[in-house]
Amino acid sequence: MKRYSAFAIAREALRFHTGWERAWRSPEPRRRYDVVIVGAGGHGLATAYYLGKNFGITNVAVIEKGWLGGGNTGRNTTIIRSNYLQDPSAAIYEKARSLYETLSQDLNYNVMFSPRGVIMLAQTHHEVRGYQRTAHANALQGVTTEWISPERVKELVPIIRLDGPRYPVMGGLWQARGGTARHDAVAWGYARACSAMGMDIIQKCEVTGVRTEGGKVRGVDTTKGPIDCGKLGIVVAGHSSHLAEMGGFRLPIESVALQALVSEPIKPCMDVVVMANTVHGYMSQSDKGEMVIGGGTDGFNNYTQRGSFHHIEETVRALIETFPMISRLKMLRQWGGIVDMTGDRSPILSKTPVEGVFVNCGWGTGGFKAIPGSGWAMAELMAKGHSPLTADFGLDRFREGRFIDESVAAGVAH
Amino acid sequence: MLTLECPYCGVMADETELTAGGEAHLKRFGPGSSDEDFEAYLFERENPKGVHFERWRHSHGCGKWFHAARNTMTLEVYGTYPAQTSEPPVEIRNKISGIAPGWSWRLFK
Repeated sequence: MKRYSAFAIAREALRFHTGWERAWRSPEPRRRYDVVIVGAGGHGLATAYYLGKNFGITNVAVIEKGWLGGGNTGRNTTIIRSNYLQDPSAAIYEKARSLYETLSQDLNYNVMFSPRGVIMLAQTHHEVRGYQRTAHANALQGVTTEWISPERVKELVPIIRLDGPRYPVMGGLWQARGGTARHDAVAWGYARACSAMGMDIIQKCEVTGVRTEGGKVRGVDTTKGPIDCGKLGIVVAGHSSHLAEMGGFRLPIESVALQALVSEPIKPCMDVVVMANTVHGYMSQSDKGEMVIGGGTDGFNNYTQRGSFHHIEETVRALIETFPMISRLKMLRQWGGIVDMTGDRSPILSKTPVEGVFVNCGWGTGGFKAIPGSGWAMAELMAKGHSPLTADFGLDRFREGRFIDESVAAGVAH
Repeated sequence: MLTLECPYCGVMADETELTAGGEAHLKRFGPGSSDEDFEAYLFERENPKGVHFERWRHSHGCGKWFHAARNTMTLEVYGTYPAQTSEPPVEIRNKISGIAPGWSWRLFK
């Protein structure tokens, strides 16, 4: 792999850009790999990357039924933060956020991490108490967040209206080193780095079955033929139940659609990320100038990657009160992604009833921010059989009642 | 927008008038059951890509709980039926077989 650098740009400029090579190879699958990862989204690719980087396991295939990063990795609102209430959550999300800080250098690929700061608005007394509590918890966890006054919110977000009749802004939880990143670039950067380590990324290859023998995984059947493996990682978000069924076990997951939308591009007007969890809306401005708006989930099981109009209306109606200037904006695009919701709204990084099969799922509505930490922890779990970051996120927590209940702390926008 | 007919009051209700109640026909395991059964009853779900039987409540209407047979891949609604049953009615199952032959959901076909 040729490194990207200022020198490379100059070199290619002198020869009409004929020397750029493909970012990753697209090989046919081999008969056997030490590790097969199903799902070439951010989490799957990051898992493969850290298997190679941290544990020297490079005989790895990442197989993907669609195209690389074409699922939720390409459908989210790119928000990165780690201001969670519970210790296990703060640990894995802060690991992810801290890895994002240097990810571009690490991958030699510009993921455009922009630590512009994230505010979670408190718009009810309940939220004021909740976020003050979270700020204290974060202080103990070593996550830098701060409770800020409405005046400080206004300084950070001049376009905000503080005295809305229904949803006044009573303060906010501010994480200055939260922000956004270029979501596609995260997938592409990991893919390029994996490919450079000799891993095979196999797109348009759907898994049709999981082969087991004596309770142990042997391989997978795919639309490109059978592939044997020593260990199997299932990292397929909303489709986890489907893959688990092939493996002969069930998951505490339900798949629902989460949707987002973007406006027409406008001049720079807001340089932080604002989340308003009372009204189920969050907004940031992309580098192109579009206002990127995320909404709530549908309540029913759904695999269609479509949103529903009334949710858009609900989200936008509420946001307009807090941001009156967006009322005249035209919305350009709207889309949905299938998210995997667990009972306690926390992820599952776990061994499964089938020996050698591991799952990484349940990130629900907030997986993008976790990609590097999730991959780091999942790789350790798959390589060593245990990881301090995943210890609390096992499947057994549902049987044992050890929930990591973030829905209490963060509500929908989690 | 999803529209379901309430089998009690007969209203064609928009999704905004209803509350989704998750998977239907769960067998309840309570005190005295094994940990495995209790866990499965509380948390594990079919979550299928395709035919799904689920509970809904006509919460902003007559308030009754009912069941719906729906496809999670196409959002097609096969029908709704009252909640006082432990399995989908034969006519709904036959209707689904006509549209999506070979379907199965838990023990039902």
